[in-house]
Amino acid sequence: MQKFTKLTGVAAPMDAINIDTDQIIPKLHLRTIKRTGLGKVLFDELRFNPDGTEKPEFVLNRAPYRDAEILVAGDNFGCGSSREHAPWALLDFGIRCIISTSFADIFYNNCFKNGILPITVSPDELQALMADAEDRENPVLTVDLHPQEITRPNGAIVRFEIDAFRRECLLDGLDDIGLTMQKAALIDAFEKTQRERQPWLYR
Amino acid sequence: MTQPQTLFEKIWNHHLVDVQDDGIHLLYIDRHLLHEVLSPQAFEGLRLAGRRVRRTDATLAVADHNVPTTDRSLGIEDPESRLQVETLSANCEAFGVEVFDMHDPRQGIVHVIGPEQGFTLPGATVVCCDSHTATHGAFGALAFGIGTSESEHVLATQTLRTSRPKSMRVTVDEPLPAGCTGKDLILAIIGHIGTAGGTGHIIEYSGRAIRDLSMEGRMTVSNMTIEAGARAGLVAPDAKTFAYLEGRPMAPKGAEWDAAVAYWRTLASDEGAVYDREVRIEATDIAPQVTWGTSPEDVVPITGVVPDPAEAPNDAKRGAMTRALRYMGLVPGTRMADITVDNVFIGSCTNGRIEDLRAAAAVVRGRRVAAHVDAMVSPGSTLIKRQAEEEGLHRIFIEAGFQWRESGCSMCLGMNPDRVGAGKRCASTSNRNFEGRQGRDARTHLVSPAMAAAAAVRGRLADVRELLD
Repeated sequence: MQKFTKLTGVAAPMDAINIDTDQIIPKLHLRTIKRTGLGKVLFDELRFNPDGTEKPEFVLNRAPYRDAEILVAGDNFGCGSSREHAPWALLDFGIRCIISTSFADIFYNNCFKNGILPITVSPDELQALMADAEDRENPVLTVDLHPQEITRPNGAIVRFEIDAFRRECLLDGLDDIGLTMQKAALIDAFEKTQRERQPWLYR
Repeated sequence: MTQPQTLFEKIWNHHLVDVQDDGIHLLYIDRHLLHEVLSPQAFEGLRLAGRRVRRTDATLAVADHNVPTTDRSLGIEDPESRLQVETLSANCEAFGVEVFDMHDPRQGIVHVIGPEQGFTLPGATVVCCDSHTATHGAFGALAFGIGTSESEHVLATQTLRTSRPKSMRVTVDEPLPAGCTGKDLILAIIGHIGTAGGTGHIIEYSGRAIRDLSMEGRMTVSNMTIEAGARAGLVAPDAKTFAYLEGRPMAPKGAEWDAAVAYWRTLASDEGAVYDREVRIEATDIAPQVTWGTSPEDVVPITGVVPDPAEAPNDAKRGAMTRALRYMGLVPGTRMADITVDNVFIGSCTNGRIEDLRAAAAVVRGRRVAAHVDAMVSPGSTLIKRQAEEEGLHRIFIEAGFQWRESGCSMCLGMNPDRVGAGKRCASTSNRNFEGRQGRDARTHLVSPAMAAAAAVRGRLADVRELLD
């Protein structure tokens, strides 16, 4: 997994609530057996007409947001399906950080598995960051995971909270399957006890 | 005397392998379901790392999202869909996992076949790469959707690294009014708490209305818990739960069954157990529900009208409503029962079970699908399809003008060829009315099976109570 330490990049504003996973990546693009190459269909139906031409009004089709690495979005981002294709598509497009007032649980977890940092801020902070992103002259934010800070274009700092374990995994790019496999003895012991008490769970 | 515990706390605590200093819990997973769409990359990860599936006996796979609901002997036309379905079988063979392919008589939607086979059991932890895994909570199993990376983690270690969610209880004390089903109840609940209202929580459903529901009705309620933002729903197991499971192929037998039931009886929340949040719903206020917008929280009674964004509580909601009405092609103040439909879909993991088909057939019997409506039924599993045919339900549907199809996720999300056309309007028993969900620019109105049947015969959204004897 890619590490996430510090990122300075263009932030694209998506000022809508409940942006769901069907919008992030419509289901027809789930028919793949790979994780890569999905950036070209990110937000497909919002971004492109049925004939494949761009919808000029969509934010990621406009300069400077074509090169966005950060999304600033309304409440409950990523609601809906558990498709990890949503973070895969965001990552493949180049988005490494999403800022919102809240995220759907499964999407939130999926981000961390793919080196994407989802940041939760207060409604007031979101409003300020949305305004920053909407300024096409200079929509650049710096996100630093070590001190847990977003630096706005005017130099003001927005602090954010994040779970310590998840922060560590992002900073180090850790493979958590490897970490868990170091606990094999605990898992073996759990199974031995459970098998005695609830044998019906073992087929 | 130990502290009173909720059903959720009991299951959670019984599955803790490790609690780290940083608050991460290593949770043991008893049941892992797989389907073709979100599993290929998990198996690929195992292969690249040289890892095996830790417990093949706790893992079950089925092809459901991509499979055609038309004649399956013709195979799958779309090459990408075909590759996914073939990859599932190849991966399962390579890793020793049991799989129901699309020709298996036990094939069906993953959340229908788990309970149907007795693979889903009370008190168990159940995961699947699918947000509607919440369905299995109807059995008092702690069941939630995960991503593909988490699925790979479960395949390799039979555990998940997670933090402890909060608990919420939704209590519905009075019995549901006539014409209302589990679907109407859960839509009303989502309308009440909002599509993010349960985020970070596990919801336990309790009260008379929940206890009165059949297992099918409880599954419908628990299934759509994710539409309220909560990853899992729970209903305490009771005699109905045990009666449903007894004798199922993968359920325990003999002395093991008796021991299991004795254990399952201890799972119900203790008197005085404390929840992080409590919500009460007045069931007597509920009328058959229908969605008007593009989020499951956009719901009104069928007797209501399309709401006006001018009355929205805040700017964000006003913006979302305006956008939803534009997408849906609706004008505020329009009576819901005046909205004509082009398609009707009966099926999905929400409402594709035998009771759902019976309820729809009871409305359709002796009537005809309106001439301008394209209506179809896709049973939730191949076994349900067969049972419905033994009961003669298929004849009622076919004679009325419905298409009677094979089982799969079908038009709920249109990964296979079953889609709603652009600008067309569908009364659907599925779970999501998101933009583009049933097809690009397709418009979805979520309803119960009986309401979908009423919409099919009337050619418009209709109050099913007018059609009941």
